[in-house]
Amino acid sequence: MTDRVDVRKTFKLFVGGAFPRSESGRTYEVTGAGGGFLANAAKASRKDARDAVIAARKGFASWSSATAYNRGQVLYRVAEVMEGRRAQFVSDVRDAEGLSKSAAVAQVDAAIDRWVWYAGWTDKVTQVLGSANPVAGPYFDFSVPEPTGVVAAVAPQDSSLLGLVSVLGPIVATGNAVVVIASTDRPIPAITLSEVLATSDVPGGTINILTGDPNEMMPWLASHADVNALDLAGVSDAALATSLEQEAADTVKRVRRATTDADWFADPGLSRLRAFVETKTVWHPLGV
Amino acid sequence: MAFEYAPAPESRSVVNIASSYGLFINGEFVDAKSGTMFKTINPATEEVLADISDAGAEDVDRAVAAARKAYTGAWGSMSGRDRSKYLFRIARLIQERSRELAVLETLDNGKPIRESRDVDIPLVAGHFFYHAGWADKLDYAGYGANPRSLGVAAQVIPWNFPLLMLAWKIAPALACGNTVVLKPAETTPLTALAFAEICQQADLPPGVVNILTGAGDTGRLLVEHPGVDKVAFTGSTEVGKAIQRAIAGTSKSLTLELGGKAANIVFDDAPLDEAVEGIVNGIFFNQGHVCCAGSRLLLQESIAEEAMEALKRRLGTLRLGDPLDKNTDIGAINSAEQLARIHALADSGDEEGAERWSPPCELPDTGFWFAPTVFTGVTQAHRIAREEIFGPVLSVLTFRTPEEAIEKANNTPYGLSAGVWTEKGSRILWMADRLRAGVVWGNTFNRFDPTSPFGGYKESGFGREGGRQGLGAYLKEQS
Amino acid sequence: MSVELPDHGTDSLRRFLHGLPGVDEVGANGRVAMLGTRSIKNASKAFAIDLAIRMVDLTTLEGADTPGKVRALSAKALRPDPTDPTAPSVAAVCVYGDMVGIVREVVGDRVHVAAVATAFPSGRASLDVKLIDTAEAVAAGADEIDMVIDRGAFLAGDYGRVFDQIVAVKRACGDAHLKVILETGELRTLDNVRRASWLAMLAGADFIKTSTGKVAPAATPPVTLVMLEAVRDFRAQTGRLIGVKAAGGIRTSKDAIKYLVLVNETVGEDWLTPDLFRFGASALLNDLLLQRQRMATGHYSGPDYVTID
Repeated sequence: MTDRVDVRKTFKLFVGGAFPRSESGRTYEVTGAGGGFLANAAKASRKDARDAVIAARKGFASWSSATAYNRGQVLYRVAEVMEGRRAQFVSDVRDAEGLSKSAAVAQVDAAIDRWVWYAGWTDKVTQVLGSANPVAGPYFDFSVPEPTGVVAAVAPQDSSLLGLVSVLGPIVATGNAVVVIASTDRPIPAITLSEVLATSDVPGGTINILTGDPNEMMPWLASHADVNALDLAGVSDAALATSLEQEAADTVKRVRRATTDADWFADPGLSRLRAFVETKTVWHPLGV
Repeated sequence: MAFEYAPAPESRSVVNIASSYGLFINGEFVDAKSGTMFKTINPATEEVLADISDAGAEDVDRAVAAARKAYTGAWGSMSGRDRSKYLFRIARLIQERSRELAVLETLDNGKPIRESRDVDIPLVAGHFFYHAGWADKLDYAGYGANPRSLGVAAQVIPWNFPLLMLAWKIAPALACGNTVVLKPAETTPLTALAFAEICQQADLPPGVVNILTGAGDTGRLLVEHPGVDKVAFTGSTEVGKAIQRAIAGTSKSLTLELGGKAANIVFDDAPLDEAVEGIVNGIFFNQGHVCCAGSRLLLQESIAEEAMEALKRRLGTLRLGDPLDKNTDIGAINSAEQLARIHALADSGDEEGAERWSPPCELPDTGFWFAPTVFTGVTQAHRIAREEIFGPVLSVLTFRTPEEAIEKANNTPYGLSAGVWTEKGSRILWMADRLRAGVVWGNTFNRFDPTSPFGGYKESGFGREGGRQGLGAYLKEQS
Repeated sequence: MSVELPDHGTDSLRRFLHGLPGVDEVGANGRVAMLGTRSIKNASKAFAIDLAIRMVDLTTLEGADTPGKVRALSAKALRPDPTDPTAPSVAAVCVYGDMVGIVREVVGDRVHVAAVATAFPSGRASLDVKLIDTAEAVAAGADEIDMVIDRGAFLAGDYGRVFDQIVAVKRACGDAHLKVILETGELRTLDNVRRASWLAMLAGADFIKTSTGKVAPAATPPVTLVMLEAVRDFRAQTGRLIGVKAAGGIRTSKDAIKYLVLVNETVGEDWLTPDLFRFGASALLNDLLLQRQRMATGHYSGPDYVTID
């Protein structure tokens, strides 16, 4: 009896809708929860991060100018393709987190459903966060939420898929583009997600996924003048988080602080949707 | 040399029309207990398309019971997240079958295929997508935490946008957790029956959606049924009033979307070429079978002559004919009855002294057709300025000042929609502020979107469909 | 109602142009999109393809143009499809002024010879230079001149200067027809397109033309719509018929047919003639020929069956 020799995957970065290796040529070992070798993941450098920001800025231009309906359609398509790869995600999450099959299935199902939830938000955020304002004068006055631009995010370290999706969903549902650093030790579900994104009509550059060490890349992203906001969800080191906030102050970035002890299964509410929008208020007179 | 367009018919082969249809109750097609059938025809050719069941009292009982069972059972206890997934499935199926549905709609209704394909069906899919996303977010919709559904909704819809009116009713009702019994119009049942198949393909739990075909009596029986918690009606003001009377004293919730006689107001600084397009779209889109049609053109007197010249020139390029031809702009009138009504009102225009004009127009020999028609010299007292014609007939009046335009526009028991054409933004907003209409279009007309609430003031009805506001029709607010 | 020609040296030209009705961009785009759904098949498609071929100004405007290249293009202009003599000739060959003589040698009087002039494509040169450019092209045998307006002056609001230049070039044209290129891609707004169209017509243009083809976007259906509306209204007010040329970015038969529909339903059949509507194009001709071959043979054709000039 011969076992079939399988074809093993090479794990690369996801930038601008394509899959480049790190420009540094470096990789790092990813081990499973049990300690066994899983893969060599690309170890992204600050130059990769810089390139990802360029791609994100480009992606932002097309993503933010699409209609909310169109964004919803694209995000729902992502969920359809995720559902098609459910078994693969379950196996990735099991390997990464050492979960039982049923726990992995619960996480993957929650992640897909979470993505569907955010897909349905794109054309509703304006109605929930925006308003017409009854100013005391003959003016029509309205406020609308607009995407802030390019967000640099650190995905949760432990929750390799559900946590990642819970961070990405609200950022892109509101029209932003994102450069996210996947969980350092558990990046494989993120890489599978990048394959889903590449095949789901998501415009290149809207979502960019880097694997590697946030300690190395985040200071560059926090000080980068073309990044508008930071989501420090997965920054577990308090000193690093503080220093990134300080860096961000130089360009007055919007910062969402690190999340400790998050229950990613819980109802996310509106706070992440609010975090990366700017409110624009417009006045116009009423008169003949 | 003339550039004639060769016939460009959309193929009928994409649809599969059965010779007869039952009622859709509890997830299955069943024979009507009433035993009576009626025919649905293609109004462009008068060809019979299919035999349709006429639901009677027993059938209405069965359907309401099925809706109630689904409500107290699977659907009522289902999470918003799961309801949303069913609605997303339905939205996707509509997209997948969109060509078939567009052809079917055109065959049964008479509207041009370009409109079913480019306007109706995409909006149908859009409504289901939009409302799918609300099903699990109702806490954020502004109705308090955990707003509850109402129960079983009885929904009666008209023949002018058959599948779209179905989407406007069913999507929000289901998103909010209700179950429905819907009666499509007598002359346009086919896309509702195709929708029933789509519900089956989506594995929607039985009884959540029930479709009862029939005539006026079926609608009355349904609306008056004691097992119904909510009534939603779109149709004529006359029938709307009858329904409001009928449910008086009961605890049934009601929303009505009725007729209109919208003013389309063009100022001297309007972008004229685009205003002409807006005028044409306002009254001739869907053969004028639109509750929010811009049927009263109010021209500022100083540019009235110039605007009329431009309008008449533009009307000369309208193409009337086979609705399945992709180049047709004006299709068939939906029924002989409707055609007779249009003729009667247009004739009153002649009798009352308005001046009638139509571009040269060849009407086919079979089917129901009415040439696009414009009446000038119309005053507020004319019947054609007051009564809803629901056909391709435009009444033109003039005004001098913005205030006068407002007075004339508002001087009607209706209040569904209005249009304002001017390059001056402040004037659009000033007019919008004063127009007593549920929808005001500035430098555009007949624009619809699932996110944008639609509904009327005064005798055009009450309640809104679409947007966050539209959900309110199907929710019980926590007090 | 007739139009009084404004005194261009003063404010009245500006007031006239600024007083023209605005164009609602969304509405204009909507009109164009609707007309883009017209389905032109069979006999009407064959008619449209042949008409489009007859309306092509077959163009080469490259720094690398040589006599050999221009001769080849000119031969193609006369006989676009060597396999099918029923294919009509194009309307004109369009080249830089110094190539005009070569075109004339090949085509004689059988098609028009159009020369770009006035420091094409930028228009950034003195009036004297522009006039010499024009006069030399006419002397070499051009019977049509495609000039560019001074967009800098237009955008700075110096309408009088733009007007005067057109008048002067028209004079230098003699009997040659003058096409005035608005370069709509630089004018950006449809309001500007409308104003520039009226300015050019009042100054004596025989044709108004969308673009040089050297700036993106070049011709688009919405700008062409606005220009067609302008010539329609100009005729209503003065009785004069001015032509429209859509140039640049029109590559496929489908595109060309959309433009013909636009002409048909905006200004009517009077403009469906090469005397009043042209396509400034190069690659378009081959696509028209491929479509023509498909209609004649019933099967899809391929690039080996049309010539590369």
